[in-house]
Amino acid sequence: MNAKDLATYAKNTWCPGCGNFSILSAMRSVLAQLDEEGYPIENVVLVSGIGCHAKITDYMNVNSFYSIHGRAVPVATAIKLANPDLKVICFSGDGDSLAEGLDHLIFAAKRNIDITLILHDNRVYGLTTGQYTPTSPLGYKGKSTPFGTAELPINPPELMLACGATYIARGYTHGIDHLQKIFREAIVHKGFSFVDVLQVCVSYFNMYEAYNRRVYELEGNDTSSFDEALKLIRSWNYDGGETKIPLGKFYEADAPRLDQAFSSIKPIGAGKDEKIKLMLENFI
Amino acid sequence: MDDFSTLIGGIAGDGINEAGMTVARLFNRLGYRIFMYYDYPSLIRGGHNFSLVRASRRNIAVHRDKIDVLIALNQETLEQHRVRLKDSSFVIYDADKVKLGDMKQKCCGIPVTQILKEEAAPAVMKNTCILGGFCRVVGMEWAVLEDVLKKHMPKKLEQNLRVARKGYDSAVEFSRVEKTDQQSLPIMTGNQAISLGLIKAGLGAYVAYPMTPSSSVLDFMARVSPDFGIKIVHPESEIAVMLMAEGFAYAGVKSAVGTSGGGFCLMTEALSLAGSAEIPVVIIMAQRTGPSTGLPTYTAQGDLHFVLNAGHGEFPRFVVSPGDAEDAYYWSGVALNMAWKYQVPSFILSDKITSESQYNFDLAAAGEVTEEQPVQWSGQGQYNRYQYTETGVSPLAFAPVQGQKIKSDSYTHDQFGITTEDAKITKEMNDKRLLKERVMARDLEGYETVKVFGDMSSKTALLCWGSNKGVCIEAAQKFGLKTIQVLVLSPFPEQMLKQALSGVETLIDVECNSTAQLSRLAACYGIKTDEQILKYDGRPFSLEDLEAEIGKIEKLGNREKNGNNEKHETLGRISA
Repeated sequence: MNAKDLATYAKNTWCPGCGNFSILSAMRSVLAQLDEEGYPIENVVLVSGIGCHAKITDYMNVNSFYSIHGRAVPVATAIKLANPDLKVICFSGDGDSLAEGLDHLIFAAKRNIDITLILHDNRVYGLTTGQYTPTSPLGYKGKSTPFGTAELPINPPELMLACGATYIARGYTHGIDHLQKIFREAIVHKGFSFVDVLQVCVSYFNMYEAYNRRVYELEGNDTSSFDEALKLIRSWNYDGGETKIPLGKFYEADAPRLDQAFSSIKPIGAGKDEKIKLMLENFI
Repeated sequence: MDDFSTLIGGIAGDGINEAGMTVARLFNRLGYRIFMYYDYPSLIRGGHNFSLVRASRRNIAVHRDKIDVLIALNQETLEQHRVRLKDSSFVIYDADKVKLGDMKQKCCGIPVTQILKEEAAPAVMKNTCILGGFCRVVGMEWAVLEDVLKKHMPKKLEQNLRVARKGYDSAVEFSRVEKTDQQSLPIMTGNQAISLGLIKAGLGAYVAYPMTPSSSVLDFMARVSPDFGIKIVHPESEIAVMLMAEGFAYAGVKSAVGTSGGGFCLMTEALSLAGSAEIPVVIIMAQRTGPSTGLPTYTAQGDLHFVLNAGHGEFPRFVVSPGDAEDAYYWSGVALNMAWKYQVPSFILSDKITSESQYNFDLAAAGEVTEEQPVQWSGQGQYNRYQYTETGVSPLAFAPVQGQKIKSDSYTHDQFGITTEDAKITKEMNDKRLLKERVMARDLEGYETVKVFGDMSSKTALLCWGSNKGVCIEAAQKFGLKTIQVLVLSPFPEQMLKQALSGVETLIDVECNSTAQLSRLAACYGIKTDEQILKYDGRPFSLEDLEAEIGKIEKLGNREKNGNNEKHETLGRISA
């Protein structure tokens, strides 16, 4: 399978230069490769919230559930519980999963459900034309905060580490090979995998220059160490200064998953009527 | 003895619900039909709880205010319910706790505390002890109680039997309950009947966040899930509940959710998603007294219009409101089948009374629940999730399907499932959804969506829905009236109701809300109710309540016969 086979006829309406193109391209390549390697494409289900990020489901010729704002995770969780053979990948935005649907994100990590979440973290609301999000830096001047925000950003990987996610990485839309590498790892990982992608919004929060100056790729870090992961994650708190921004895998662990507890529950075929009659007998 | 009511009361945590169940089982063993109303405040320990168990030779689904036996485990029970006693009633009480004072009735004290002490029994066994005394007082054989305890109280059985026997031996017989020639029937709550109906129709997953009075569905489903292979999820919120149910449906697993008003508020966002993306989902909406937190453990029928109109945008839905356990079983099965046949949200609209009261359940009378298969994709050509068809219903397929893509979308979408803002497709997709509603309405003509009881020739009829079925049928009998129960509320069974109304000159609406919601709904179809009997104090109608209210209207009826056509505008309302 070729990555081009995963395109649809839908007209792409992202702004020219949008970071989402990199995510789309990297994801198509990874899924096409995985199909070749025995992870059949028909077993993949994409689930998205609402926002610029979510259009990706229209642009990928793959099973999908285009959900509502902030609500990709509960849909994806249930799809996985319904059929553990499916590979379920969520696409979500920073407003989507960190504001509207934060509770679902926390519970996905807590449950270590075997799904992947790609956070298109552009740190601004794009479709509603430029308001601050939970990851916008302090003082960000958006349409709803014209004099600058007065609250600190959330550090999403830190939150996920604290909540029990078992694969945590950060990517950047200006490095497509690196994105492919971590997408692949995240999808293959058994458990809740979370990838924070610094996705540049060219229209409302163009960070290309700043990110290019500040990012670096992690090498040789101990990804099995919670403490080391926490230290690296905390080395940048989504502020607007000149701190270096680490990219790559922070943490990976093996832990019990919610879907494992459901895998043995199968619908019963014959004998239902007898069981109901027996139950009724016990109600006398 | 044709009709016998027993009230057992105590503080929360005393096991009053279970004690009431034991009374119900005792009468059931003797072939009586039972109904149990359980009244409890919203707390875990303390406060006053009571179970009101009515036994009758006939099928019943309502309690009476007046009682034949009062079982008082504490003083408060006696003081609160003294007013329910008739001169002929009996009182059984804990002689170590309750001071009687002046009583006209025959009373029998059981030294409960002393017996428990002698047997070194835990406090909760006071129920078994006093129920031993109850059996003796009403003249039931010891063997009947022994049999019930053996079957339903396997824990510490020997001790329970000893305690019960001492209670039995320390009481005196005031009367003798005769055995009837009817068979004993299962006893269950409406929530259990709803669960079994869904299971029978092929439920694969149940998702819920606990909320009274729907929580016992979750508890029951979780308990029986290993037997029936049902996936149970109790997630972080009702928002997640509804979305998870839709995720299950996307993957081909028939799912249901359960909640009450406040929880359903949170579900409405994803209800619209189910409407737009055409996802089958069953919602058990068990009403309680609102608005907001209201009276969490009391009843109401205040959410009919909420359920009919919940969610933004226009999309079809199926709404049924069962009136007892048999209705609940059969129609819950139908609700699941309708959801999948038409790919719509499907509501089982219950309330505290239907959900938590105990009813006899006759499987043979309930109606056969079948497991219908939805329209499946033929496997020919390209799969289009939202394919246009003559019925508006697009065939279903579930991932994985080799070479095909299954695309579900909350946005307005084309037939394949890709988002569009095209004007023509927008209208077509809306028409597709509305077409499904018309086809579903035609399909429902083959079901008894409106039921008629009582005197078919009567020119006066009671109109009801949900849990008022039982009280209406019985009160109507006394006055020789007809009772019309509207089971399906959406799509509204206009023709069926108009047929049922044929020959009716005076239509009396009976509802547990303050604005006559069914009357308002019927008015949309040109059906006018003449009188409304409304109760909205959180408590259900007792038989006496409704009979008294109808009595007032009947006088009006007589005056009309005498040529006095003065129109009455007063509502027959009952206050607390």
